[in-house]
Amino acid sequence: MTLHIVKKEYIRSETPSLSHVKDSSTRVQNGSVTMKNQEVVGFNGDEAVAYAVKQSDVNVIAAYPITPQTIIVERLSEYVADGDIDSEFVCVESEHSALSACIGASLTGARVFTATASQGLALMHEVLYATSGLRCPIVMAVVNRALSAPINIHNDRSDMMGSRDCGWVQIYAENSQEVYDWIIQAFRISEHQNIQLPIAVNLDGFVISHSMENVYVLPNKDVKKFLPPRKTRYKIDPTHPISFGGLFLQDYYYELKRQQEEALRQTSKILDQVGKEYYKISGREYGSLEVCGMEDADVAILCMGSTAGTVRSVLRKLRADGKKVGLIKLWLYRPFPIDELFSVIENLKALVVMDMALSFGAPFGALCSDVASILQIKKKDLKIFNVIYGLGGRDITPSEIEDIFNDALEIAKTGIVKDYVKFVGVRE
Amino acid sequence: MSIKTTSYYRDRYVRHLPTSFCTGCGNGMILNSFVRAVDELGVDLEKILSVSGIGCSAWIPSPHFNSDTLHVTHGRAIPFATGAKIFNNELTTVVFTGDGDGAGIGGNHLIHAARRNIDITTILVNNFSYAMTGGQVAPTTLLGLKTLTSPYGNLERPFDLCKLMQAAGATYVARWTTYHIRELRRSIMAALKNKGFSFVEVLSQCPIQQRRLFNLRPSDQLDMSSQILEMFKESTYIRHMPREENYFYIVPKGELSLSRRKVSNILSENSVEYKIGEVDRLFFGRILKVECRNIESFKKSLNLVKRFAKIGKVLRSRSGKIGLGVFVSKSSKEFTDSMREISAFEKGVEV
Repeated sequence: MTLHIVKKEYIRSETPSLSHVKDSSTRVQNGSVTMKNQEVVGFNGDEAVAYAVKQSDVNVIAAYPITPQTIIVERLSEYVADGDIDSEFVCVESEHSALSACIGASLTGARVFTATASQGLALMHEVLYATSGLRCPIVMAVVNRALSAPINIHNDRSDMMGSRDCGWVQIYAENSQEVYDWIIQAFRISEHQNIQLPIAVNLDGFVISHSMENVYVLPNKDVKKFLPPRKTRYKIDPTHPISFGGLFLQDYYYELKRQQEEALRQTSKILDQVGKEYYKISGREYGSLEVCGMEDADVAILCMGSTAGTVRSVLRKLRADGKKVGLIKLWLYRPFPIDELFSVIENLKALVVMDMALSFGAPFGALCSDVASILQIKKKDLKIFNVIYGLGGRDITPSEIEDIFNDALEIAKTGIVKDYVKFVGVRE
Repeated sequence: MSIKTTSYYRDRYVRHLPTSFCTGCGNGMILNSFVRAVDELGVDLEKILSVSGIGCSAWIPSPHFNSDTLHVTHGRAIPFATGAKIFNNELTTVVFTGDGDGAGIGGNHLIHAARRNIDITTILVNNFSYAMTGGQVAPTTLLGLKTLTSPYGNLERPFDLCKLMQAAGATYVARWTTYHIRELRRSIMAALKNKGFSFVEVLSQCPIQQRRLFNLRPSDQLDMSSQILEMFKESTYIRHMPREENYFYIVPKGELSLSRRKVSNILSENSVEYKIGEVDRLFFGRILKVECRNIESFKKSLNLVKRFAKIGKVLRSRSGKIGLGVFVSKSSKEFTDSMREISAFEKGVEV
């Protein structure tokens, strides 16, 4: 089996000038694929989600439009009201009801979308398990924000990490462009006959969700071709009655959960397939993880989401100084891309795993726990330490990341790890 | 009663100033009424617990009011308050909530607390939308109003919260607006005194979001609040007051100024003594108000007005208005008392 690893150069390439792109007759070269007809639009993360959903021909959108909701559903309600999309849009009275309504719609065979954040996701918790258990291919945009108490609305990943084991496919995007691309791919992946599982596309609150960026959007017809209407064999249909969500006790519950696990593990493969197809129409490559400078790196940072951008810029600077540092950005957090990760860390001496959420009382943050547990099996000699950062929207600066890299280089040299968990950016 | 200065209230009751509210917000007025009600009743500040959820209204007590405050998750202020009240029933427990917080996501808790008749005073600030987050549709948004999530008009019928609370079994239910500030203070006093679930709904202005919601366009944004207060005055009536008969509202068809000119002409021609003005009304928008000392003469020329002035509708003084006042005030067994009676009975102790 060949593993699909997306590689990004750390040497800054010439960014294509926007004037080329506006003129649809000019073809902008990006690698070997032409990005013809792609428009550049100024979108923040929320708007990128809404636009991708608009192009995906979603049948039903159910959401609770209030705290801690974002602009996503506002834009969608405008699209619906303006007749830009032919979707049913319903504002319900809580997030719990929103996801419940989504399940109902999804079981009737509709393509369903919803969005939430922090407390909203926490309120959905009960229904999250029902969604994956009923095998509803719902796509949800989760704007990662901190959980109460004390009340905070800013970015950290406590919300999704709290629902880590809910059986959803979990994807973390780095910027608005990735958010847009992932939403479109997510529908394809989740509705695949062998998967039939919900997908949460995570975007960092405010850092991505409220920051305006250039986003290349595909023409409607390309998305339509990439994403045909949903087909499902099992749905609520009066002519062929089926029971959903029955009582499964000691007799069958375990088997069902085992099947669910199997489907989730297959997602990684399907995701690569869909990623390759998406590359053909967009020129942008996606997979389980993206690496940067990992060919000859001694130390690396493993992180998710918007942090990867900051790390990459620091990486460029350190590489210019001749330091052998690398970056692994996880796109796919669940199912965890074990083999892909192994293939890129073979020659490493030290690895830093960055967690933007606390797992209280646990040896490491959630992401680092996963990494540490698999290293135990295959690569015991790799020195690893965990960085906890950015809780409640605390910004992580390039200089802090540089310090982390330098610490890792020191560890690679001496082979001694002093602190296994470091709290970066906290006053103490 | 001696006159108390603002600084008297500020020094004793307010912990943190300035408030975080926008200029012209109704929440400051509600805090003011609450402070005055507490002062007049002489409730010990150490015995007050204010609980609030998420939304602008939650900031009325927290962190401003100088007593224990608890700021909790969205919609769940009443369950938190219930817990506190059950263990420490000496507490005067007050819940500050908004329409979205209390009647939307927390609607279930509201009706069950009322059904249980637990001694909690709930002050619900109703601004007809989820205003803090940008003015989305709420369970109290009137039919047809345009919000961020209903850009072509709201399709869902709103809750009549006072009737809901009445049906659910609350023992004190009242509704006022921020225009009726003295009545509001008296109602808050009565609610605090009432042993049982008390519910005070306050229709409040949001000068930021209600601009779009009610399509108000004052020449100066600073006039927005007063314009909304005037609208509340015109759109409500006090239930126990006698019906006022000396004015009518005329909903124009087409341009307002044209209708106004035509109505004026017809009334003058028929030598009716009248005063005509433009007012804002909930549901109807900007309409005409015609006041006459001799209403019979106006009624006589009404047919002419209807026929020639191209108008949509003539409204009597109370039609289409929201009723204000005290809806329920009764005494009934309180929940924590009943609980204590039962446990005392089990232990064989006389209460």
